[in-house]
Amino acid sequence: MVRVKLDGLSKYFGEVKAVDNLNLSIKDGEFVAFLGPSGCGKTTTLLMIAGIYRPTKGRIYFDDMDITNIAPKDRNVGMVFQSYALYPHMKVYDNIAFPLKLKKLPKNEIDRKVKQVAKLMQIDHLLDRYPRQLSGGQQQRVALARALVKDAYVLLMDEPLSNLDAKLRILMRAELKKLQKELEVTTIYVTHDQVEAMSMADRIAVMNEGRLQQYSTPDELYDKPANIFVAGFIGSPPMNLIDATFREDSGGYLVDAGSFKLRLEPGMGEVVKNNLTGQEIIFGARPENMEIVEAAEDNTIEGTVYVLEPLGRDLIVNVKVNDYMIKALTKPGVNLNPGDKVWLKVDLDKIHIFDKKTGKAVI
Amino acid sequence: MGRSQEIYIRAPRFGNINRILGKAVLYGVVTAMTLPIIIMYLWLFMQSVSEKVLIGFIPSGFTADGWRFLWGPVKFGEVLLPPIWPITLNSLIIALGVTGIEVSIALMAGYALSRLRVPFRDSFLILIIILHAFPGITLLIAIFYLLNVMGLINTLLSVIIAKAALEIPMATWLIKGFFDAVPWDVEASALVDGCSRLQAWYKVILPLVKPGVAAVAIFAFLAGWNEFIYALTFIFDPNLYPLSIHIIGLIGEFRYVDYTLLAATALFYSIPPLVFFVITQKAFMKVPLVGMKGA
Repeated sequence: MVRVKLDGLSKYFGEVKAVDNLNLSIKDGEFVAFLGPSGCGKTTTLLMIAGIYRPTKGRIYFDDMDITNIAPKDRNVGMVFQSYALYPHMKVYDNIAFPLKLKKLPKNEIDRKVKQVAKLMQIDHLLDRYPRQLSGGQQQRVALARALVKDAYVLLMDEPLSNLDAKLRILMRAELKKLQKELEVTTIYVTHDQVEAMSMADRIAVMNEGRLQQYSTPDELYDKPANIFVAGFIGSPPMNLIDATFREDSGGYLVDAGSFKLRLEPGMGEVVKNNLTGQEIIFGARPENMEIVEAAEDNTIEGTVYVLEPLGRDLIVNVKVNDYMIKALTKPGVNLNPGDKVWLKVDLDKIHIFDKKTGKAVI
Repeated sequence: MGRSQEIYIRAPRFGNINRILGKAVLYGVVTAMTLPIIIMYLWLFMQSVSEKVLIGFIPSGFTADGWRFLWGPVKFGEVLLPPIWPITLNSLIIALGVTGIEVSIALMAGYALSRLRVPFRDSFLILIIILHAFPGITLLIAIFYLLNVMGLINTLLSVIIAKAALEIPMATWLIKGFFDAVPWDVEASALVDGCSRLQAWYKVILPLVKPGVAAVAIFAFLAGWNEFIYALTFIFDPNLYPLSIHIIGLIGEFRYVDYTLLAATALFYSIPPLVFFVITQKAFMKVPLVGMKGA
């Protein structure tokens, strides 16, 4: 419906910089997730877009219109709150009709729209009930219907699924995504659950401590995390991140973590060398890029099996390498026991190296 | 096995006895505590409809004589008492006036203290409590002086204003707690849905604090209805007296105390607050405060 642009958006609460200089653009009809740990500023940003909070600095644009100082009621945004925030004293019908009544639409049109959206959300049989008579999932649908009924320019969702049970959450994830694509409404979705963000969003804005860490597609976030924070935050089980030094050694390049050394391809080594500010690095490798071999090979990491975590489809093997614990993902059925000596063969094409000083990705 | 079954069967039986015993004690204590009050009201009622009561509250000889004030002026000793209905109206005007002013101001002030960033809010709230600890009577002369300057002495308005002013801080305190309990999300949701701040206040927030409104309204009504000392001080015209002062007139002359009349008038005096309570109770207490998950 509209493009959204945040231009240097900041919100300070006293000394605390809840959101600091946020710049990003959202395309028309795009589904963007704001992802980050609690307190990272994602909800604050959402409330600024809704108009509930006034930014300390910066501007917000819908298409080319500056809406920074426009009252929430005139922004035509729909919002779904984590608590659903239904009006307890109104029946479901009146809850959904409320935004339309405020717009002073004719009664028959209100009726038509409410019934239409209720049908879409499959709550048309609940219109006569009060919110307290509904289950969590039903309340959630009502909240969504109320946000959708007014043909909002932008749909804002603040952790809408976090109060649902696990099964329903997975179901709603797919439904929400389908609905968003059908309605083509620009959507901003706040969550701390990376799986939700990865599975639903076209693009994800990862935030931490009020700052934007990376803004790109789910695949790119996963494959090319821009910094240590994103690398550690995205992916489950998380990426193995190990303190190491990088140095040239007899014509080649070495990652030296003390308890193990890995030799890099010359091409990759060159890139790292040229982009690094010092020698201190964080070496990162995803668990699925660690192969477990049972005999010593060149350029592998030696360790002992510490504990096994079977997940049904996969098996997480925790390997103790001196002081580090490295997680490797493998298929179940391998014959491993705690205490076994194993070697980890790292897929060197898929490793990550971060500059420890700046935290940024070097490759 | 037999043994464990025995225990299983016996245990709840002990539990039952304990529970019944516990309830009996509870009811006994509560009854003992309320009995004197019930007996007093019973006496009041019996006295108002009988010529004479025996041993406490046993009536003897029905009479409607005590209620004669309802259909005509009462001559009391040498004094002709003013008719009851204008006096009742005076009391109602004071009570409803206090209620109206107190509720409307407390609702707005309570909302502001709950939701807006008011400077020195916490100190302000503490100050209210401290001020409330002083008896209102200490301000009597100062208020009299102010009302006199404003030209309000000897009007019902003087009592309404003085009483409301003294009651508003506490009512604000009370209603603020109710506003605090309304989740922010609900208000934010109303704003996003297209309400102005004021619309959100009366379309969404107010319906949710109805029990608080009812509580404040009942307190305010009672305060106005029971008001005695300000009415006695600020009003000189017997035609403007409220019921509370009128009743004093009935026991002014000890030689002629007509207990039947006094009891009937006292009973009459206690009816409107009860009616008001029942109405507010019905209208306001049925409010769904649940239905906001995670809030």
